[in-house]
Amino acid sequence: MSNEAVFDFQGVSFAYDGKVKALEDASLCVEAGERVAILGSNGSGKSTLLKLMDGLYFPNAGTACAFGAALTEQAFQDDAFNFSFRQRVGLVFQDSEVQLFSPSVWDEVAFAPLQLGLRREDVVKRVDDALVSLRIEKLRDRAPHRLSGGEKKRVALASVLSFNPEVWLMDEPTAGLDPRSQSWLVDFLIEQGRAGKTVVTATHDLNIVDSIADRVYVINEDHHIVAQGTPGEVLSNHELLIACNLMHEHLHRHDDRSEEHSHPHIHLPSHEHLTA
Amino acid sequence: MSATSETKPVKKRQGVIEHTLSDISHTLEQSIFAEDIARQRGLLQSIDPRVKVLSMVALLIAVGLSRSLAVIIGLYLLTLVLARVSAVPMSFFIKRVWLFMPFFTGIIALPALFITPGPTLVQLPLGLMITRTGAMTALFLLLRVSTSVSLAILLVLTTPWNSVLKALGVLHVPDVFVLILGMTYRYIYLLLHTVNDMFLSRKSRVMGRLSGAEERRLIAASAGTLLGKSLHLSGEVYLAMQSRGFRGYPRTMDTFKMRALDWACLIGMLLVTGIAIWLGSQGTQ
Ligand SMILES: Nc1ncnc2c1ncn2[C@@H]1O[C@H](COP(=O)(O)OP(=O)(O)OP(=O)(O)O)[C@@H](O)[C@H]1O
Ligand SMILES: [Mg+2]
Ligand SMILES: [Zn+2]
Ligand SMILES: [Zn+2]
Repeated sequence: MSNEAVFDFQGVSFAYDGKVKALEDASLCVEAGERVAILGSNGSGKSTLLKLMDGLYFPNAGTACAFGAALTEQAFQDDAFNFSFRQRVGLVFQDSEVQLFSPSVWDEVAFAPLQLGLRREDVVKRVDDALVSLRIEKLRDRAPHRLSGGEKKRVALASVLSFNPEVWLMDEPTAGLDPRSQSWLVDFLIEQGRAGKTVVTATHDLNIVDSIADRVYVINEDHHIVAQGTPGEVLSNHELLIACNLMHEHLHRHDDRSEEHSHPHIHLPSHEHLTA
Repeated sequence: MSATSETKPVKKRQGVIEHTLSDISHTLEQSIFAEDIARQRGLLQSIDPRVKVLSMVALLIAVGLSRSLAVIIGLYLLTLVLARVSAVPMSFFIKRVWLFMPFFTGIIALPALFITPGPTLVQLPLGLMITRTGAMTALFLLLRVSTSVSLAILLVLTTPWNSVLKALGVLHVPDVFVLILGMTYRYIYLLLHTVNDMFLSRKSRVMGRLSGAEERRLIAASAGTLLGKSLHLSGEVYLAMQSRGFRGYPRTMDTFKMRALDWACLIGMLLVTGIAIWLGSQGTQ
Protein backbone atom coordinates (compact mmCIF):
# COMPACT_ATOMS: atom_id res chain seq x y z
CA MET A 1 0.00 0.00 0.00
CA SER A 2 2.68 2.46 1.00
CA ASN A 3 4.68 1.90 -2.16
CA GLU A 4 1.73 2.26 -4.50
CA ALA A 5 2.51 5.16 -6.80
CA VAL A 6 0.45 8.27 -6.17
CA PHE A 7 0.96 9.38 -9.76
CA ASP A 8 2.09 7.27 -12.68
CA PHE A 9 2.18 9.11 -16.01
CA GLN A 10 3.32 7.29 -19.17
CA GLY A 11 3.91 9.19 -22.42
CA VAL A 12 1.35 11.87 -21.64
CA SER A 13 0.81 14.59 -24.25
CA PHE A 14 -1.58 17.49 -24.06
CA ALA A 15 -2.42 20.36 -26.40
CA TYR A 16 -4.93 23.15 -25.79
CA ASP A 17 -7.78 23.01 -28.31
CA GLY A 18 -5.79 20.20 -29.92
CA LYS A 19 -3.43 22.82 -31.37
CA VAL A 20 -1.31 24.66 -28.76
CA LYS A 21 1.21 22.12 -27.49
CA ALA A 22 1.68 22.29 -23.73
CA LEU A 23 3.11 18.89 -22.79
CA GLU A 24 4.84 16.26 -24.93
CA ASP A 25 5.37 12.60 -24.14
CA ALA A 26 5.79 13.13 -20.41
CA SER A 27 6.50 10.17 -18.16
CA LEU A 28 6.83 10.56 -14.42
CA CYS A 29 6.17 8.73 -11.22
CA VAL A 30 5.47 10.12 -7.76
CA GLU A 31 5.49 7.83 -4.71
CA ALA A 32 3.41 8.40 -1.59
CA GLY A 33 5.08 10.80 0.83
CA GLU A 34 7.56 11.99 -1.77
CA ARG A 35 8.38 15.64 -2.33
CA VAL A 36 8.85 16.40 -5.99
CA ALA A 37 9.66 19.64 -7.79
CA ILE A 38 8.72 20.30 -11.40
CA LEU A 39 11.21 22.78 -12.85
CA GLY A 40 10.64 24.65 -16.07
CA SER A 41 10.71 28.15 -17.51
CA ASN A 42 7.64 30.20 -18.46
CA GLY A 43 5.35 28.39 -20.85
CA SER A 44 7.11 25.03 -20.53
CA GLY A 45 3.94 23.29 -19.33
CA LYS A 46 4.18 23.11 -15.52
CA SER A 47 0.68 24.39 -14.82
CA THR A 48 -0.72 22.11 -17.49
CA LEU A 49 1.00 19.12 -15.92
CA LEU A 50 -0.44 19.92 -12.49
CA LYS A 51 -3.94 20.28 -13.94
CA LEU A 52 -3.54 16.89 -15.59
CA MET A 53 -2.45 15.46 -12.23
CA ASP A 54 -5.52 17.00 -10.61
CA GLY A 55 -7.86 15.42 -13.16
CA LEU A 56 -8.97 18.78 -14.54
CA TYR A 57 -7.59 18.10 -18.02
CA PHE A 58 -7.14 14.70 -19.61
CA PRO A 59 -4.26 13.51 -21.84
CA ASN A 60 -4.60 13.58 -25.62
CA ALA A 61 -2.16 10.67 -25.71
CA GLY A 62 -0.55 8.39 -23.13
CA THR A 63 -1.97 7.30 -19.80
CA ALA A 64 -2.30 9.20 -16.55
CA CYS A 65 -2.91 7.14 -13.42
CA ALA A 66 -3.38 8.17 -9.81
CA PHE A 67 -3.61 5.77 -6.87
CA GLY A 68 -3.61 2.93 -9.40
CA ALA A 69 -6.67 4.17 -11.31
CA ALA A 70 -6.68 5.83 -14.73
CA LEU A 71 -7.61 9.51 -14.73
CA THR A 72 -10.14 9.82 -17.52
CA GLU A 73 -13.16 11.97 -18.11
CA GLN A 74 -15.29 8.85 -17.74
CA ALA A 75 -13.79 7.92 -14.39
CA PHE A 76 -14.73 11.33 -12.98
CA GLN A 77 -18.36 10.89 -14.06
CA ASP A 78 -18.58 8.44 -11.20
CA ASP A 79 -19.51 10.33 -8.03
CA ALA A 80 -17.70 7.95 -5.71
CA PHE A 81 -14.46 8.19 -7.68
CA ASN A 82 -14.71 11.95 -8.01
CA PHE A 83 -15.42 12.27 -4.32
CA SER A 84 -12.49 10.17 -3.14
CA PHE A 85 -10.02 11.67 -5.63
CA ARG A 86 -10.99 15.28 -4.87
CA GLN A 87 -10.67 14.56 -1.17
CA ARG A 88 -7.20 13.12 -1.54
CA VAL A 89 -5.68 15.66 -3.91
CA GLY A 90 -5.58 19.44 -3.49
CA LEU A 91 -4.32 21.94 -6.08
CA VAL A 92 -3.21 25.44 -5.19
CA PHE A 93 -3.54 27.45 -8.39
CA GLN A 94 -0.79 29.70 -9.68
CA ASP A 95 -3.19 32.63 -9.81
CA SER A 96 -4.93 32.90 -6.44
CA GLU A 97 -7.44 35.21 -8.10
CA VAL A 98 -9.16 32.31 -9.86
CA GLN A 99 -9.21 30.17 -6.77
CA LEU A 100 -11.09 32.75 -4.73
CA PHE A 101 -14.68 32.92 -5.90
CA SER A 102 -16.68 32.95 -2.67
CA PRO A 103 -18.17 36.07 -1.09
CA SER A 104 -16.12 35.88 2.12
CA VAL A 105 -12.91 34.30 3.31
CA TRP A 106 -14.87 32.04 5.65
CA ASP A 107 -17.07 30.77 2.81
CA GLU A 108 -14.03 30.31 0.62
CA VAL A 109 -12.32 28.07 3.15
CA ALA A 110 -15.59 26.22 3.85
CA PHE A 111 -16.27 25.57 0.17
CA ALA A 112 -14.44 22.26 -0.20
CA PRO A 113 -15.55 20.73 3.14
CA LEU A 114 -19.15 21.60 2.25
CA GLN A 115 -18.90 20.18 -1.29
CA LEU A 116 -17.37 17.03 0.16
CA GLY A 117 -20.41 16.67 2.38
CA LEU A 118 -18.87 17.02 5.84
CA ARG A 119 -21.14 17.54 8.84
CA ARG A 120 -21.77 21.13 9.94
CA GLU A 121 -19.78 20.94 13.18
CA ASP A 122 -16.87 19.42 11.29
CA VAL A 123 -17.00 22.10 8.63
CA VAL A 124 -16.89 24.84 11.25
CA LYS A 125 -14.00 23.18 13.04
CA ARG A 126 -12.01 22.52 9.88
CA VAL A 127 -12.45 26.09 8.72
CA ASP A 128 -11.47 27.58 12.06
CA ASP A 129 -8.41 25.33 12.29
CA ALA A 130 -7.28 26.25 8.79
CA LEU A 131 -7.75 29.97 9.46
CA VAL A 132 -5.77 29.73 12.68
CA SER A 133 -2.90 27.74 11.26
CA LEU A 134 -2.48 30.19 8.39
CA ARG A 135 -2.94 33.11 10.77
CA ILE A 136 -5.79 34.70 8.88
CA GLU A 137 -8.56 34.58 11.52
CA LYS A 138 -8.86 38.34 11.24
CA LEU A 139 -9.72 38.13 7.56
CA ARG A 140 -12.65 35.74 7.99
CA ASP A 141 -15.39 38.19 6.99
CA ARG A 142 -13.46 40.00 4.30
CA ALA A 143 -14.12 39.59 0.59
CA PRO A 144 -11.27 37.40 -0.74
CA HIS A 145 -10.84 39.27 -4.01
CA ARG A 146 -10.08 42.51 -2.19
CA LEU A 147 -7.11 41.17 -0.22
CA SER A 148 -3.44 41.78 -0.94
CA GLY A 149 -1.50 39.25 -3.01
CA GLY A 150 0.12 37.63 0.03
CA GLU A 151 -3.17 37.44 1.93
CA LYS A 152 -4.83 35.91 -1.11
CA LYS A 153 -2.18 33.22 -1.23
CA ARG A 154 -2.80 32.36 2.42
CA VAL A 155 -6.55 32.14 1.83
CA ALA A 156 -5.95 29.92 -1.19
CA LEU A 157 -3.78 27.63 0.95
CA ALA A 158 -6.39 27.61 3.74
CA SER A 159 -9.08 26.68 1.24
CA VAL A 160 -7.13 23.52 0.44
CA LEU A 161 -5.84 22.87 3.97
CA SER A 162 -9.45 22.77 5.21
CA PHE A 163 -10.05 19.42 3.50
CA ASN A 164 -6.66 18.07 4.51
CA PRO A 165 -5.62 16.32 1.28
CA GLU A 166 -2.96 13.59 1.16
CA VAL A 167 -1.43 15.18 -1.90
CA TRP A 168 -0.61 18.86 -2.37
CA LEU A 169 -0.13 20.14 -5.88
CA MET A 170 1.42 23.60 -5.68
CA ASP A 171 1.69 25.84 -8.72
CA GLU A 172 4.48 28.41 -8.24
CA PRO A 173 3.60 28.98 -4.60
CA THR A 174 6.29 31.57 -3.91
CA ALA A 175 5.71 33.75 -6.96
CA GLY A 176 4.86 37.32 -6.06
CA LEU A 177 5.51 36.93 -2.33
CA ASP A 178 7.91 39.07 -0.31
CA PRO A 179 10.99 37.30 1.14
CA ARG A 180 9.42 36.76 4.56
CA SER A 181 6.24 35.22 3.12
CA GLN A 182 8.38 33.13 0.78
CA SER A 183 10.34 31.53 3.59
CA TRP A 184 7.13 31.10 5.55
CA LEU A 185 5.68 29.24 2.58
CA VAL A 186 8.74 27.04 2.24
CA ASP A 187 8.36 26.17 5.94
CA PHE A 188 4.72 25.34 5.32
CA LEU A 189 5.70 22.92 2.54
CA ILE A 190 8.40 21.35 4.69
CA GLU A 191 5.82 20.83 7.45
CA GLN A 192 3.41 19.14 5.04
CA GLY A 193 6.24 16.85 3.92
CA ARG A 194 7.08 15.97 7.53
CA ALA A 195 3.43 15.18 8.16
CA GLY A 196 3.78 12.48 5.49
CA LYS A 197 1.97 14.35 2.72
CA THR A 198 2.97 14.03 -0.91
CA VAL A 199 3.98 17.47 -2.18
CA VAL A 200 4.42 18.27 -5.87
CA THR A 201 5.62 21.82 -6.50
CA ALA A 202 5.94 23.50 -9.89
CA THR A 203 8.42 26.34 -9.88
CA HIS A 204 11.21 28.13 -11.69
CA ASP A 205 12.64 29.40 -8.44
CA LEU A 206 15.88 27.41 -8.07
CA ASN A 207 16.49 28.89 -4.61
CA ILE A 208 13.76 26.88 -2.95
CA VAL A 209 14.19 23.57 -4.75
CA ASP A 210 16.67 22.18 -2.26
CA SER A 211 14.35 22.79 0.70
CA ILE A 212 11.09 21.58 -0.80
CA ALA A 213 12.01 18.56 -2.91
CA ASP A 214 13.72 15.19 -2.69
CA ARG A 215 13.45 14.70 -6.42
CA VAL A 216 13.27 17.06 -9.38
CA TYR A 217 11.85 16.80 -12.91
CA VAL A 218 12.95 19.34 -15.48
CA ILE A 219 10.72 20.37 -18.41
CA ASN A 220 12.35 22.15 -21.35
CA GLU A 221 10.88 24.83 -23.56
CA ASP A 222 9.68 22.21 -26.04
CA HIS A 223 7.45 20.78 -23.30
CA HIS A 224 9.47 17.57 -22.85
CA ILE A 225 10.64 16.18 -19.53
CA VAL A 226 14.38 16.17 -20.16
CA ALA A 227 15.86 15.24 -16.80
CA GLN A 228 15.16 13.97 -13.34
CA GLY A 229 17.32 13.53 -10.28
CA THR A 230 18.04 14.79 -6.80
CA PRO A 231 18.12 18.55 -6.29
CA GLY A 232 21.92 18.31 -5.94
CA GLU A 233 22.32 16.55 -9.28
CA VAL A 234 20.00 18.82 -11.18
CA LEU A 235 21.19 22.09 -9.68
CA SER A 236 24.84 21.29 -10.48
CA ASN A 237 24.03 20.54 -14.13
CA HIS A 238 24.50 24.08 -15.44
CA GLU A 239 24.38 23.08 -19.08
CA LEU A 240 20.92 21.61 -18.59
CA LEU A 241 19.68 24.57 -16.59
CA ILE A 242 20.91 27.07 -19.18
CA ALA A 243 19.40 25.02 -22.02
CA CYS A 244 16.06 25.04 -20.19
CA ASN A 245 16.30 28.77 -19.57
CA LEU A 246 16.40 28.33 -15.81
CA MET A 247 19.84 29.85 -15.38
CA HIS A 248 21.58 32.62 -17.23
CA GLU A 249 24.93 34.20 -17.87
CA HIS A 250 25.91 37.84 -18.04
CA LEU A 251 28.44 40.31 -16.73
CA HIS A 252 28.27 40.99 -13.03
CA ARG A 253 30.27 41.58 -9.86
CA HIS A 254 29.87 40.40 -6.30
CA ASP A 255 31.39 40.83 -2.87
CA ASP A 256 34.05 38.12 -3.12
CA ARG A 257 35.04 39.06 -6.73
CA SER A 258 34.96 42.76 -7.27
CA GLU A 259 36.21 42.74 -10.91
CA GLU A 260 33.56 42.39 -13.58
CA HIS A 261 33.23 38.80 -14.83
CA SER A 262 30.77 36.40 -16.39
CA HIS A 263 29.59 32.85 -15.66
CA PRO A 264 26.30 30.97 -15.40
CA HIS A 265 24.39 31.83 -12.25
CA ILE A 266 21.04 32.24 -10.63
CA HIS A 267 20.14 35.03 -8.29
CA LEU A 268 20.98 33.49 -4.95
CA PRO A 269 21.23 35.86 -1.97
CA SER A 270 24.93 34.95 -1.74
CA HIS A 271 25.42 35.83 -5.40
CA GLU A 272 23.76 39.18 -5.59
CA HIS A 273 24.45 41.39 -8.56
CA LEU A 274 26.31 44.53 -7.75
CA THR A 275 25.89 45.78 -11.30
CA ALA A 276 22.93 44.93 -13.47
CA MET B 1 -3.15 79.89 -11.12
CA SER B 2 0.13 78.11 -11.45
CA ALA B 3 -1.42 74.99 -9.98
CA THR B 4 -4.18 74.87 -12.56
CA SER B 5 -1.86 75.49 -15.46
CA GLU B 6 0.22 72.56 -14.29
CA THR B 7 -2.64 70.13 -13.90
CA LYS B 8 -4.46 71.02 -17.07
CA PRO B 9 -2.19 69.36 -19.64
CA VAL B 10 -2.34 66.13 -17.65
CA LYS B 11 -6.11 66.13 -17.85
CA LYS B 12 -6.05 66.76 -21.57
CA ARG B 13 -4.04 63.63 -22.25
CA GLN B 14 -7.10 61.50 -21.70
CA GLY B 15 -9.59 61.75 -24.52
CA VAL B 16 -13.20 62.59 -23.83
CA ILE B 17 -14.51 59.04 -24.19
CA GLU B 18 -11.72 57.56 -22.17
CA HIS B 19 -12.10 60.14 -19.45
CA THR B 20 -15.80 59.51 -19.14
CA LEU B 21 -15.37 55.75 -19.17
CA SER B 22 -12.66 55.77 -16.55
CA ASP B 23 -14.75 58.14 -14.43
CA ILE B 24 -17.78 55.88 -14.59
CA SER B 25 -15.87 52.68 -13.89
CA HIS B 26 -14.00 54.25 -11.01
CA THR B 27 -17.16 55.63 -9.41
CA LEU B 28 -18.93 52.32 -9.89
CA GLU B 29 -16.12 50.33 -8.31
CA GLN B 30 -16.02 52.69 -5.37
CA SER B 31 -19.75 52.89 -4.82
CA ILE B 32 -20.81 49.30 -5.38
CA PHE B 33 -17.95 47.64 -3.62
CA ALA B 34 -17.19 49.89 -0.69
CA GLU B 35 -18.58 48.04 2.28
CA ASP B 36 -17.57 50.60 4.86
CA ILE B 37 -21.13 51.64 5.69
CA ALA B 38 -22.11 48.00 6.15
CA ARG B 39 -19.40 47.77 8.80
CA GLN B 40 -20.63 50.76 10.81
CA ARG B 41 -22.77 50.35 13.89
CA GLY B 42 -26.35 51.27 13.20
CA LEU B 43 -29.88 49.97 13.45
CA LEU B 44 -30.09 48.28 10.07
CA GLN B 45 -26.56 46.86 10.32
CA SER B 46 -27.60 44.94 13.44
CA ILE B 47 -30.72 43.41 11.89
CA ASP B 48 -30.70 39.87 10.50
CA PRO B 49 -30.22 40.04 6.71
CA ARG B 50 -33.20 37.74 6.16
CA VAL B 51 -35.45 40.21 7.96
CA LYS B 52 -34.05 43.02 5.88
CA VAL B 53 -34.58 41.20 2.60
CA LEU B 54 -38.14 40.20 3.54
CA SER B 55 -39.03 43.69 4.78
CA MET B 56 -37.62 45.26 1.66
CA VAL B 57 -39.65 43.01 -0.60
CA ALA B 58 -42.81 43.70 1.46
CA LEU B 59 -42.27 47.46 1.36
CA LEU B 60 -41.55 47.35 -2.38
CA ILE B 61 -44.90 45.68 -2.89
CA ALA B 62 -46.61 48.34 -0.75
CA VAL B 63 -44.99 51.08 -2.81
CA GLY B 64 -45.99 49.40 -6.04
CA LEU B 65 -49.62 48.92 -4.98
CA SER B 66 -50.22 52.31 -3.38
CA ARG B 67 -52.65 54.64 -5.13
CA SER B 68 -52.03 57.38 -2.57
CA LEU B 69 -49.21 59.85 -2.99
CA ALA B 70 -49.15 60.53 0.75
CA VAL B 71 -48.43 56.86 1.50
CA ILE B 72 -45.54 56.76 -0.95
CA ILE B 73 -44.13 59.99 0.46
CA GLY B 74 -44.54 58.53 3.93
CA LEU B 75 -42.58 55.43 2.95
CA TYR B 76 -39.87 57.57 1.37
CA LEU B 77 -39.59 59.53 4.61
CA LEU B 78 -39.33 56.21 6.42
CA THR B 79 -36.27 55.29 4.33
CA LEU B 80 -34.73 58.62 5.30
CA VAL B 81 -35.31 57.91 8.99
CA LEU B 82 -33.85 54.42 8.62
CA ALA B 83 -30.83 55.81 6.79
CA ARG B 84 -30.41 58.36 9.55
CA VAL B 85 -30.28 55.74 12.33
CA SER B 86 -28.02 53.47 10.30
CA ALA B 87 -25.07 55.79 9.86
CA VAL B 88 -25.78 56.30 6.17
CA PRO B 89 -24.61 59.81 5.29
CA MET B 90 -27.78 61.76 4.42
CA SER B 91 -26.54 63.89 1.56
CA PHE B 92 -24.86 60.86 -0.01
CA PHE B 93 -28.02 58.76 0.29
CA ILE B 94 -30.39 61.39 -1.09
CA LYS B 95 -28.03 62.50 -3.83
CA ARG B 96 -27.31 59.02 -5.05
CA VAL B 97 -31.00 58.29 -5.45
CA TRP B 98 -31.99 61.61 -7.03
CA LEU B 99 -28.99 61.80 -9.32
CA PHE B 100 -29.79 58.47 -10.90
CA MET B 101 -33.50 59.24 -11.01
CA PRO B 102 -33.66 61.38 -14.17
CA PHE B 103 -31.71 58.62 -15.82
CA PHE B 104 -34.15 55.83 -14.98
CA THR B 105 -37.49 57.56 -14.98
CA GLY B 106 -37.00 60.73 -16.94
CA ILE B 107 -37.30 58.96 -20.23
CA ILE B 108 -40.51 57.22 -19.22
CA ALA B 109 -42.02 59.97 -17.13
CA LEU B 110 -41.52 62.79 -19.61
CA PRO B 111 -43.93 61.60 -22.32
CA ALA B 112 -46.54 60.75 -19.68
CA LEU B 113 -46.46 64.39 -18.69
CA PHE B 114 -47.73 65.43 -22.13
CA ILE B 115 -49.72 62.59 -23.57
CA THR B 116 -52.03 61.66 -20.69
CA PRO B 117 -55.41 63.19 -21.44
CA GLY B 118 -57.15 65.27 -18.74
CA PRO B 119 -57.78 68.80 -17.54
CA THR B 120 -55.05 71.24 -18.58
CA LEU B 121 -52.58 72.33 -15.94
CA VAL B 122 -50.09 74.42 -17.92
CA GLN B 123 -50.39 75.54 -21.50
CA LEU B 124 -47.09 75.51 -23.37
CA PRO B 125 -46.21 76.97 -26.78
CA LEU B 126 -46.38 74.78 -29.90
CA GLY B 127 -49.76 73.51 -28.76
CA LEU B 128 -48.24 71.37 -26.04
CA MET B 129 -49.95 71.23 -22.71
CA ILE B 130 -49.36 69.51 -19.43
CA THR B 131 -52.53 67.91 -18.14
CA ARG B 132 -53.32 67.49 -14.47
CA THR B 133 -53.58 63.74 -14.89
CA GLY B 134 -50.29 63.69 -16.80
CA ALA B 135 -48.51 65.58 -14.06
CA MET B 136 -49.91 63.22 -11.43
CA THR B 137 -48.86 60.15 -13.40
CA ALA B 138 -45.33 61.48 -13.82
CA LEU B 139 -45.15 62.43 -10.16
CA PHE B 140 -46.35 58.97 -9.07
CA LEU B 141 -43.82 57.28 -11.27
CA LEU B 142 -40.99 59.44 -10.04
CA LEU B 143 -41.83 58.92 -6.39
CA ARG B 144 -42.47 55.20 -6.75
CA VAL B 145 -39.17 54.59 -8.44
CA SER B 146 -37.14 56.76 -6.09
CA THR B 147 -38.71 55.20 -3.01
CA SER B 148 -38.07 51.71 -4.37
CA VAL B 149 -34.51 52.59 -5.29
CA SER B 150 -34.00 54.10 -1.82
CA LEU B 151 -35.17 50.87 -0.22
CA ALA B 152 -32.85 48.76 -2.35
CA ILE B 153 -29.89 51.05 -1.76
CA LEU B 154 -30.57 51.00 1.96
CA LEU B 155 -30.42 47.20 1.98
CA VAL B 156 -27.24 47.02 -0.08
CA LEU B 157 -25.46 49.77 1.83
CA THR B 158 -26.12 48.33 5.26
CA THR B 159 -25.57 44.64 4.46
CA PRO B 160 -22.36 43.01 3.28
CA TRP B 161 -23.04 41.55 -0.13
CA ASN B 162 -22.28 38.00 1.00
CA SER B 163 -24.97 38.27 3.67
CA VAL B 164 -27.49 39.42 1.08
CA LEU B 165 -26.61 36.37 -1.00
CA LYS B 166 -26.85 34.04 1.96
CA ALA B 167 -30.16 35.52 3.03
CA LEU B 168 -31.52 34.88 -0.45
CA GLY B 169 -30.32 31.28 -0.19
CA VAL B 170 -31.93 30.78 3.19
CA LEU B 171 -35.17 32.28 1.92
CA HIS B 172 -35.28 29.51 -0.69
CA VAL B 173 -34.26 31.52 -3.67
CA PRO B 174 -32.75 28.70 -5.78
CA ASP B 175 -29.05 28.04 -5.05
CA VAL B 176 -28.09 28.26 -8.69
CA PHE B 177 -29.61 31.73 -8.92
CA VAL B 178 -27.73 32.86 -5.82
CA LEU B 179 -24.52 31.36 -7.18
CA ILE B 180 -24.95 33.15 -10.49
CA LEU B 181 -25.70 36.42 -8.70
CA GLY B 182 -22.58 36.01 -6.61
CA MET B 183 -20.38 35.19 -9.57
CA THR B 184 -21.84 38.07 -11.57
CA TYR B 185 -20.91 40.39 -8.77
CA ARG B 186 -17.37 39.04 -8.77
CA TYR B 187 -17.05 39.35 -12.52
CA ILE B 188 -18.35 42.89 -12.42
CA TYR B 189 -15.79 43.66 -9.75
CA LEU B 190 -13.01 42.06 -11.71
CA LEU B 191 -14.13 43.72 -14.90
CA LEU B 192 -14.29 47.17 -13.33
CA HIS B 193 -11.02 46.59 -11.57
CA THR B 194 -9.33 45.47 -14.77
CA VAL B 195 -10.80 48.40 -16.68
CA ASN B 196 -9.47 50.81 -14.06
CA ASP B 197 -6.07 49.15 -14.10
CA MET B 198 -6.00 49.31 -17.88
CA PHE B 199 -6.80 53.02 -17.81
CA LEU B 200 -4.14 53.58 -15.19
CA SER B 201 -1.46 51.66 -17.06
CA ARG B 202 -2.38 53.48 -20.26
CA LYS B 203 -2.20 56.79 -18.46
CA SER B 204 1.28 55.94 -17.26
CA ARG B 205 2.46 55.04 -20.75
CA VAL B 206 0.67 57.37 -23.17
CA MET B 207 2.61 60.60 -23.28
CA GLY B 208 0.87 62.65 -25.90
CA ARG B 209 -2.77 63.24 -26.57
CA LEU B 210 -4.55 60.71 -28.76
CA SER B 211 -6.73 61.66 -31.67
CA GLY B 212 -10.40 60.68 -31.50
CA ALA B 213 -9.87 57.83 -33.96
CA GLU B 214 -6.84 56.49 -32.12
CA GLU B 215 -8.74 56.63 -28.89
CA ARG B 216 -11.69 54.71 -30.30
CA ARG B 217 -9.37 52.07 -31.72
CA LEU B 218 -7.61 51.64 -28.40
CA ILE B 219 -10.88 51.30 -26.55
CA ALA B 220 -12.13 48.71 -29.03
CA ALA B 221 -8.90 46.75 -28.60
CA SER B 222 -9.21 46.97 -24.83
CA ALA B 223 -12.76 45.71 -24.95
CA GLY B 224 -11.53 42.69 -26.92
CA THR B 225 -8.78 41.98 -24.43
CA LEU B 226 -11.23 42.33 -21.59
CA LEU B 227 -13.63 39.85 -23.13
CA GLY B 228 -10.81 37.35 -23.68
CA LYS B 229 -9.66 37.84 -20.13
CA SER B 230 -13.05 37.28 -18.60
CA LEU B 231 -13.64 34.17 -20.72
CA HIS B 232 -10.31 32.75 -19.66
CA LEU B 233 -11.01 33.66 -16.08
CA SER B 234 -14.40 32.00 -15.97
CA GLY B 235 -12.86 28.82 -17.36
CA GLU B 236 -10.14 28.83 -14.72
CA VAL B 237 -12.57 29.63 -11.91
CA TYR B 238 -14.67 26.67 -12.95
CA LEU B 239 -11.62 24.38 -12.86
CA ALA B 240 -10.73 25.69 -9.41
CA MET B 241 -14.26 24.92 -8.19
CA GLN B 242 -14.13 21.43 -9.70
CA SER B 243 -10.79 20.81 -8.06
CA ARG B 244 -12.40 21.38 -4.70
CA GLY B 245 -15.26 18.99 -5.27
CA PHE B 246 -17.87 21.13 -7.05
CA ARG B 247 -20.35 18.99 -8.98
CA GLY B 248 -22.65 21.56 -10.53
CA TYR B 249 -24.66 22.61 -7.51
CA PRO B 250 -23.26 24.58 -4.61
CA ARG B 251 -23.79 23.57 -1.00
CA THR B 252 -23.92 26.41 1.45
CA MET B 253 -24.43 26.80 5.14
CA ASP B 254 -26.38 29.48 6.94
CA THR B 255 -25.18 30.88 10.22
CA PHE B 256 -27.97 33.37 10.90
CA LYS B 257 -29.72 33.65 14.26
CA MET B 258 -32.95 35.55 14.92
CA ARG B 259 -32.88 37.65 18.07
CA ALA B 260 -35.58 39.67 19.80
CA LEU B 261 -34.63 42.80 17.89
CA ASP B 262 -34.93 40.95 14.60
CA TRP B 263 -38.40 39.66 15.44
CA ALA B 264 -39.46 43.12 16.58
CA CYS B 265 -38.15 44.63 13.38
CA LEU B 266 -39.81 42.01 11.21
CA ILE B 267 -43.17 42.46 12.92
CA GLY B 268 -42.82 46.24 12.83
CA MET B 269 -42.01 46.30 9.14
CA LEU B 270 -44.80 43.91 8.23
CA LEU B 271 -47.23 46.11 10.21
CA VAL B 272 -46.03 49.22 8.41
CA THR B 273 -46.41 47.38 5.12
CA GLY B 274 -49.93 46.24 6.00
CA ILE B 275 -51.02 49.72 6.98
CA ALA B 276 -49.37 51.22 3.92
CA ILE B 277 -51.14 48.79 1.62
CA TRP B 278 -54.48 49.43 3.31
CA LEU B 279 -54.10 53.22 3.26
CA GLY B 280 -52.75 53.09 -0.27
CA SER B 281 -55.79 51.22 -1.53
CA GLN B 282 -58.11 53.84 0.00
CA GLY B 283 -56.17 56.66 -1.59
CA THR B 284 -57.66 59.07 -4.02
CA GLN B 285 -55.14 60.65 -6.30
N1 LIG C 1 -5.91 28.07 -21.47
C1 LIG C 1 -4.98 27.98 -22.41
N2 LIG C 1 -5.33 28.01 -23.70
C2 LIG C 1 -4.41 27.89 -24.69
N3 LIG C 1 -3.11 27.74 -24.46
C3 LIG C 1 -2.68 27.69 -23.19
C4 LIG C 1 -3.59 27.81 -22.10
N4 LIG C 1 -2.89 27.74 -20.95
C5 LIG C 1 -1.59 27.58 -21.31
N5 LIG C 1 -1.46 27.55 -22.66
C6 LIG C 1 -0.20 27.35 -23.41
O1 LIG C 1 0.34 26.10 -23.05
C7 LIG C 1 1.74 26.19 -22.85
C8 LIG C 1 2.11 25.73 -21.43
O2 LIG C 1 1.50 26.61 -20.51
P1 LIG C 1 1.60 26.43 -18.94
O3 LIG C 1 0.67 27.43 -18.34
O4 LIG C 1 1.39 25.01 -18.59
O5 LIG C 1 3.11 26.85 -18.69
P2 LIG C 1 3.88 27.08 -17.31
O6 LIG C 1 5.08 26.22 -17.32
O7 LIG C 1 2.94 26.92 -16.18
O8 LIG C 1 4.32 28.60 -17.45
P3 LIG C 1 4.47 29.74 -16.32
O9 LIG C 1 5.78 29.52 -15.66
O10 LIG C 1 4.48 31.00 -17.11
O11 LIG C 1 3.31 29.61 -15.43
C9 LIG C 1 2.12 27.64 -23.12
O12 LIG C 1 2.65 27.70 -24.42
C10 LIG C 1 0.83 28.39 -23.04
O13 LIG C 1 0.82 29.46 -23.94
MG1 LIG D 1 2.24 28.10 -14.74
ZN1 LIG E 1 29.95 35.61 -10.26
ZN1 LIG F 1 21.99 37.45 -13.48
